[in-house]
Amino acid sequence: MSAPASDRTASPLIFELGQEGRATQYVEHGKPLRSFMPEGVLRDDLPLPDNTELDVVRHYTRLSQRTFGIDVGFYPLGSCTMKHNPKVNDALAGVREFAELHPFTPDDLSQGALQVMYELERSFCSLFGMAAFSLNPAAGAQAELAALLIAKKYFRERGETQRDKVIVPDTAHGTNPASAAMCGFKVISLKSDARGRVDPAEIRTVVGPDTAVCMMTNPNTLGLFEERIHEIADAVHEAGGLMYYDGANANALMGNTRPGDMGFDLMHLNTHKTFTIPHGGGGAGHGPLGVAGHLVEYLPTPYVVREGDRFRLDFDRPKSIGPVRSFWSNFAHVVRALAYLYANGAEGLTKVSQYAVLNANYMRVKVAEFLETPYPEICRHEFVASAQQLKKETGVRALDIAKALLDRGYMAPTIYFPLIVPECLMIEPTETESKETLDGFVAALRDIIETAKTNPQELLDAPVTTVVGRVDETRAARQPDLRWRPPR
Amino acid sequence: MYTPHTKADIEAMLEAIGIGSLDELLRVPDELKLRAPLDVVPALPEYQLRRRIEQIAKRDSGVDYVSFLGGGAYRHYAPSAISALAMRGEFLTAYTPYQAEVSQGYLQAIYEWQTYICLLTGMDLADASVYDGATALAESAIMAMNATGRQRFLVSRAVHPNYRAVLKTYCDGLDVAIDEAPLTDDGTTDLRVLAEMLRETQYAGVALQSPNFFGNIDTLDGEALESVHKNGAVPIGVVAEALALAALATPASWGAQIVAGEAQSFGVPIAYGGPYVGFIATTNEHMRRIPGRLVGKTVDSAGRTAYVLTLQAREQHIRRERATSNICTNQAHCALIATIYLALMGKTGLRDVAALNLERSRELATAVANAGVRLRFSAPFFNELVVDVGRPAGEVLAALRERGILGGLDLGRWYPEYSTCILMAATELTTSGEIAKLAAALQEVTRVGAGV
Repeated sequence: MSAPASDRTASPLIFELGQEGRATQYVEHGKPLRSFMPEGVLRDDLPLPDNTELDVVRHYTRLSQRTFGIDVGFYPLGSCTMKHNPKVNDALAGVREFAELHPFTPDDLSQGALQVMYELERSFCSLFGMAAFSLNPAAGAQAELAALLIAKKYFRERGETQRDKVIVPDTAHGTNPASAAMCGFKVISLKSDARGRVDPAEIRTVVGPDTAVCMMTNPNTLGLFEERIHEIADAVHEAGGLMYYDGANANALMGNTRPGDMGFDLMHLNTHKTFTIPHGGGGAGHGPLGVAGHLVEYLPTPYVVREGDRFRLDFDRPKSIGPVRSFWSNFAHVVRALAYLYANGAEGLTKVSQYAVLNANYMRVKVAEFLETPYPEICRHEFVASAQQLKKETGVRALDIAKALLDRGYMAPTIYFPLIVPECLMIEPTETESKETLDGFVAALRDIIETAKTNPQELLDAPVTTVVGRVDETRAARQPDLRWRPPR
Repeated sequence: MYTPHTKADIEAMLEAIGIGSLDELLRVPDELKLRAPLDVVPALPEYQLRRRIEQIAKRDSGVDYVSFLGGGAYRHYAPSAISALAMRGEFLTAYTPYQAEVSQGYLQAIYEWQTYICLLTGMDLADASVYDGATALAESAIMAMNATGRQRFLVSRAVHPNYRAVLKTYCDGLDVAIDEAPLTDDGTTDLRVLAEMLRETQYAGVALQSPNFFGNIDTLDGEALESVHKNGAVPIGVVAEALALAALATPASWGAQIVAGEAQSFGVPIAYGGPYVGFIATTNEHMRRIPGRLVGKTVDSAGRTAYVLTLQAREQHIRRERATSNICTNQAHCALIATIYLALMGKTGLRDVAALNLERSRELATAVANAGVRLRFSAPFFNELVVDVGRPAGEVLAALRERGILGGLDLGRWYPEYSTCILMAATELTTSGEIAKLAAALQEVTRVGAGV
């Protein structure tokens, strides 16, 4: 590697480094491949770079330094629940008996792993008011898919194949309608009322004999609690449909109220949000799928069952929709989530959601001093602000505010979502942030709004302190360059 | 508890909000109040929770058994530098890199991952990862359906049974029918029957896995590929043991237009099944049908090289019900691990590991044959092989277990006709001593008349 690069020098690709034969040796040299296999089935060349361990360590250390995680700073990304990821969870996921256990190890030699799955499942059932959870889905979106497959099968077995509509509020996460489409359902989008809620009267106008599922999150993505959720569930149930709870926002109610008691039949959790699983730059996540009693038999296989003090993976479940993944779960995350439950207990988890809501409301009233908050009432774990007025006055948009926050050392909130709020900033502080951190962020945001009024150009040019300036997304999409190619 | 709130903080914050108590803040209608105490595991201080979970971990664990288990999850050596780098908090605790300017490092690493997958598979582009090998196949089938507008899919019976089962789960949702191409007696896809099926029925795609579930090389030949082309189906190559890509002719070279694979072998812990890392690679023709995130190279406002999530118009957060897939969270961190693994091993190291897998698995084959156990197939294999023990495989595996050996997979679980057969894997971590122990035990338990 050449001389140390300054922060702002482009980092070469790993493919542009190294020399053939330079790789640090981790295993003994093997014999030529053709001594084992007929030449015809072998590849000609393997055009990968050889680098020393030191060069690889410096390369990825540098890339890490050009990446912002929760460990670096405040990460108020709405709907993503970027709370502290406790380090003990990683240590426990890494214990040898878990990390080196093969998924095809017979059940009687996997009792520890199965017990971890069982304990987590039982705790989730109590916390959220469900009869059973499948820990199999790899992410929330996959749990949605599995849930809709369950609904499809459930209605098919009841001879109600005409149920082909899924109702989704306009504030819903994009995965909801996309998951519905992957199961062949048609999506009915439901308009929120002036208070940002779903109006039960509105639901009654769209439900009917063709209703399969109504997918909702509560609190919704505006951070508002749907206090009439019971009436909504009743309307859907009376029409013969099922209620699905998108658990992306479960951090707002954990230990205080339960989706099962609201009338939901199916739900998922994002343990990489609510239960401190590190999101790892986009995954792996983990999306446990909970169901009420009448849907337990349909859960994906395998399902962990307890017999006396022994556990086993049950694959023989005739009504199941079948497996949704190669192996049983994102098990390392199951371990992490269970460690987090042990760190808190029921009382602690109840406090978690209380402090999450406290932090969000504190920020909401502070931010409302200088930025429009379209729903000025008590919110739950997150709230939305809008830069619509600011844009009219100064030309500064939500995107510019986001980039200016990066310059001030903060991750930006979620922007332009939910879609119904123009120039939306969706802010979720989480419970692990201190009042000082929240005050610091609010001060930075205030400074940005004041700058918008005095020197908007500074914000349009942001960010300037980051390793690159504003990135040209249009060019990336118009001239896709998705890989390095060897020089000819 | 990981919360920072002091009593004074809480009071000050409640006052700022203008509300009297936390309870008031979280007030819900009466019918939504908790009716019973929650039944959750008890709260423990860190040293005790650590002790508790470490104790559970040790309960009846097969982790120290001599193991020949494979079948889509493989024990390979992962250099120590991987976890030292991948577990850095900047990587581990980042979200999906929506804000490119503060995510250049991760975005570049994913761009490198996409490149590595292209170089290994011979394809034009690869996505930023999907959940695992099985869902990679299912999503690839959906790509093929979207490309052809057809609702029927053909898959070889030699594709991993779990992958086929997941494919079926996904296809049930879309009312897509699946046909399975049969096996030859030598543990490969019967290409003649496959060609016949392709002459008779229009398929969206046709999937073969190589090495297949039995460990055998199993690709389309020229004639079969021609019938795929005539049919108009999209040929899909499935890869469950990514290490084989370092040695074998690329899926692109035998005609695959989509490669659906699992990269757990590249340094990702075996961890009782997950998280692993699936990938989809394809030709430029299918670029806009690929599911999941894509990282592209572009420039910043000053013309400097920069990376960013791109072609997002395919994705659920933009297109909602018209997206190519519902995938949002992927397996970025496992892809990062695999990328670092490939960077560390390099061309030289990866070839060495592949060669050692070939060597050890052939040593295993010789040892079990010398122990009097028949190799079921004669097709060229990578690091897994099938032996016929001449009696129910489950009984023999149970007897091996009593001797501290996990002898492999009972094929009767998925293939009734192979109920006397065991699928065994050997990797660079398999020692000659372990092979000798297995051979001796097999000889003992399969001896004519031996009670097992």
